[in-house]
Amino acid sequence: MTTTLPAYDEVVARYEPVIGLETHVELGTNTKMFCGCPTDFGGEPNTRVCPVCLGLPGSLPVANKAAIEATIRIGLALNCSIAQWCRFARKNYFYPDMPKNFQISQYDEPLCVDGYLDVEVNGETVRIGIERVHLEEDTGKTLHVGGATGRIHGATESLVDYNRAGIPLVEIVTKPIPGSGALAPEVARAYVAELRDVIRSLGVSDVRMEEGSLRCDVNTSLNLPGEEWGTRTETKNVNSLRSVERAVRSEMLRQAAVLDAGGRITQETRHFHEESGDTTPGRSKETATDYRYFPEPDLVPLAPDPAWVAELKAELPELPRVHRRRLQQAWGLSDLDMQSVLNAGAVELIEATVAAGATPAAARKWWLGELSRRANETGVELADVGATPRQVAELQSLVDAGKLNDKLARTVLEGVVVGEGSPTEIMTNRGLEVVSDTGALTAAVDEAIAANPEIADKIRSGKVAAAGALVGAVMKTTRGQADAKTVRDLILQRLS
Amino acid sequence: MTELTKLSAAEIAGLVAAGETSAVEVTRAHLDRIAAVDDRVHAFLHVDSDGALAAARDVDARRAAGEELGPLAGVPVAVKDVLTTKGVPTTVGSKILEGWRPPYDSTIVQRLRAAGTVMLGKTNMDEFAMGSSTEYSAYGPTRNPWDTDRIPGGSGGGSAAALAAYEAPLAIGSDTGGSIRQPGAVTGTVGAKPTYGGTSRYGLVAFSSSLDTPGPCARTVLDAALLHEAIGGHDPRDSTSIPAPVPDVVAAAKRGATGDLTGVRLGVVSEFADEGVEPGVLAAFNESVDALTKLGAEIVEVSCPHFRYALPAYYLIAPSECSSNLARFDGVRFGLRVGDDGNRSLEEVMSVTREAGFGPEVKRRIMIGTYALSSGYYDAYYGQAQKVRTLITRDFTAAFERVDALISPTTPFVAFPLGARTSDPYQMYLADLFTSPTNLYGGPGISVPCGLSGGLPVGLQVMAPTMADDRMYRVAAALETAVGTLTPPEL
Repeated sequence: MTTTLPAYDEVVARYEPVIGLETHVELGTNTKMFCGCPTDFGGEPNTRVCPVCLGLPGSLPVANKAAIEATIRIGLALNCSIAQWCRFARKNYFYPDMPKNFQISQYDEPLCVDGYLDVEVNGETVRIGIERVHLEEDTGKTLHVGGATGRIHGATESLVDYNRAGIPLVEIVTKPIPGSGALAPEVARAYVAELRDVIRSLGVSDVRMEEGSLRCDVNTSLNLPGEEWGTRTETKNVNSLRSVERAVRSEMLRQAAVLDAGGRITQETRHFHEESGDTTPGRSKETATDYRYFPEPDLVPLAPDPAWVAELKAELPELPRVHRRRLQQAWGLSDLDMQSVLNAGAVELIEATVAAGATPAAARKWWLGELSRRANETGVELADVGATPRQVAELQSLVDAGKLNDKLARTVLEGVVVGEGSPTEIMTNRGLEVVSDTGALTAAVDEAIAANPEIADKIRSGKVAAAGALVGAVMKTTRGQADAKTVRDLILQRLS
Repeated sequence: MTELTKLSAAEIAGLVAAGETSAVEVTRAHLDRIAAVDDRVHAFLHVDSDGALAAARDVDARRAAGEELGPLAGVPVAVKDVLTTKGVPTTVGSKILEGWRPPYDSTIVQRLRAAGTVMLGKTNMDEFAMGSSTEYSAYGPTRNPWDTDRIPGGSGGGSAAALAAYEAPLAIGSDTGGSIRQPGAVTGTVGAKPTYGGTSRYGLVAFSSSLDTPGPCARTVLDAALLHEAIGGHDPRDSTSIPAPVPDVVAAAKRGATGDLTGVRLGVVSEFADEGVEPGVLAAFNESVDALTKLGAEIVEVSCPHFRYALPAYYLIAPSECSSNLARFDGVRFGLRVGDDGNRSLEEVMSVTREAGFGPEVKRRIMIGTYALSSGYYDAYYGQAQKVRTLITRDFTAAFERVDALISPTTPFVAFPLGARTSDPYQMYLADLFTSPTNLYGGPGISVPCGLSGGLPVGLQVMAPTMADDRMYRVAAALETAVGTLTPPEL
């Protein structure tokens, strides 16, 4: 398995990738898809269950209208046609966390079909085709106890929590996306980010990847230019935007290595590993279960009233792209600057920081600078870096008031992200406030002049640029807490 | 007062309401009768004496407090073991659910309790309602009170036999292809399959979701109508339940009991004549047709050319749905678990549990259904059967443009000896020949006693349009006035 991977540039020079994404979104309805159990996250295992979501003999499903409405709104936001008549279907397979050993889903009659989502990648608009949007129920969760890895292998017991069973799940499937070449990983990421923003703007889900309310499967294949599309693999367990990008890239590299060696790609499910960034094979789709889909006889067909659908369409909120265009103007950003804000996943963070009182320029500086750097280093999403927009705005207000200089502000921010408290608290507790007492500074300046007579002479003789060295010395003795400009002015004043 | 067990439900309710007897007394009489005869009949899988007496005391207390009670208050009822009963064992006639006590009541059972009826216990049935003789029960067969060497029909043989053995005046059944009507016919009792969606399936352990219909069983047409009225009507917990009031079946039964069918057009399905009906059954049927004519009904012959495909379509649709419905019985959450010895994988435990828990007929149907739904065969089998279903529905719709109701023998043959058809599934399936079209269409059907053949009861089936259940009760009640109820020999 330890084949040497080719370089990415070489891979994209030789092969053309085709990607496709299947995204599952847990809806934020109050109750489950087919019963009245609550859906909130957390809670003791198996406390949010009833005969219906436990699949007890005799129980029957009743469809949740709010979930159907949410799905139609997602479909409309993705420019889909809404079916005038469609049915749920049973997907039959045995698995212990699936109470009925079939999942109520949709098969050949999805609620929404044939739409698209425009996403921005490197300042260009890429139109991603949407194949279908359908509604289904989530499964329970299995915990394997006693094994070393938390996997089923080697476990002594498997425990199932059915709290999640029956939570409404929307599946959004793209059409195959060819032609993105080297940008394929970024296109995948941009699509998921845009989809997340669209769904969040609709208020139908909290779309938090880390809590599993948005889950992504990534299909990838490679083909030689001019030839048919290659065999695809489906990578599961891709649980962050960053991972979406990494999963596509890593699968492209792996497949290229196989193809280069004259091998063929097996159609299979693969699992993505956050730590290593690579994928390993899961179950092979070539021996996949026959799901024996058939229309769910316990539910009546769905026939959304076209007038109701039109009403839902008219009431759609401003979509993120439009919203972003408005922000870009308000913030006075170029397309390129806006793109870097987008790439960093910082739009909403900056928006909230501005709302909390910072200028757009300052908000952007912190989120794209110090905080993005830190997020990259620690491998987390920017939103999870540890600082809130309110804290960033507070930090900037301290800078604006002259209490922190840039360097001190960065030190305070480090305290914020590790949870030491608010910027003001950290500044006070750690004694990081700018020294504005000119008496104390004058003493430090005199000390520096006395310690560096040669430099002082140079300045006296008109080489003002040499003042920098003395500023540095003063900053050192004041542990960075002096305002550099004030120090420099003082030095020049003493030596003029 | 053993004679209490010979009374109709309407009579019992009248005596209880008038204070001439109490619900407790009525309940005791029936529990005593069960204790006396059920070892020979085996109609019950579980007798809930304590629960029944508690319910009876409650009815008596409410009446003593001056509460207005419904028309069936204080009347005992036997419930087919296919309906969930809170805290009371529910096995569906299968080993795989042995010992399971559901945490909830089915809607039908809730409504029975609300009506003040007294549930005596749970009745025997073919495993998962798959069969026509109750011989496929995992707990041993039920015997026909008319001749205990013969079958009581199925799958609801326990409910029908409980009525014929005077162990209960009312019973609940479920009808997927004839499981209420055919046992009614061969035990000389009345069994009605309501319009699909007219009675709630919530808590009915599913065999075939698009066909299963719970319904009333009784010894008289009026009793069946009273029970139908008590359990019927819309249930928001069943999506396929029809949001409309129950047709006025009680009024229709009373109207029919006047013996006047003037202006009623009844269709005899001509295709059924070729289908190998036993001569004695045919004779009883023909005599009934004459009787109906005398009551004023106009008899017309009607062609329903697709009815002959009903049984094949039924035996694809029902097993297909069953293969999916029965997947949940895997030993993980409830019921039997076999082979969990620490050495077997989860998948193996599921497999071993199902192997041990299901009987041969259930396995056969799961296999057939799994095959019929599999990729590459779906269109040829399940898909084709659904098309046939549409054609059968059209036959019914066309027929009901010409006639008010259709009539036929309920089943081609009288009660056969135990063991006579178990070796050949097809011979067993023929029992549903005349009843399964109704299930595929979704309309109502009722079987009413229409005479004897060789000393054994014969049933006549009346089929009506969807949500016109009242029509069949009127015709059945009228025939009942001409034929009379059938009394089995003493056990």
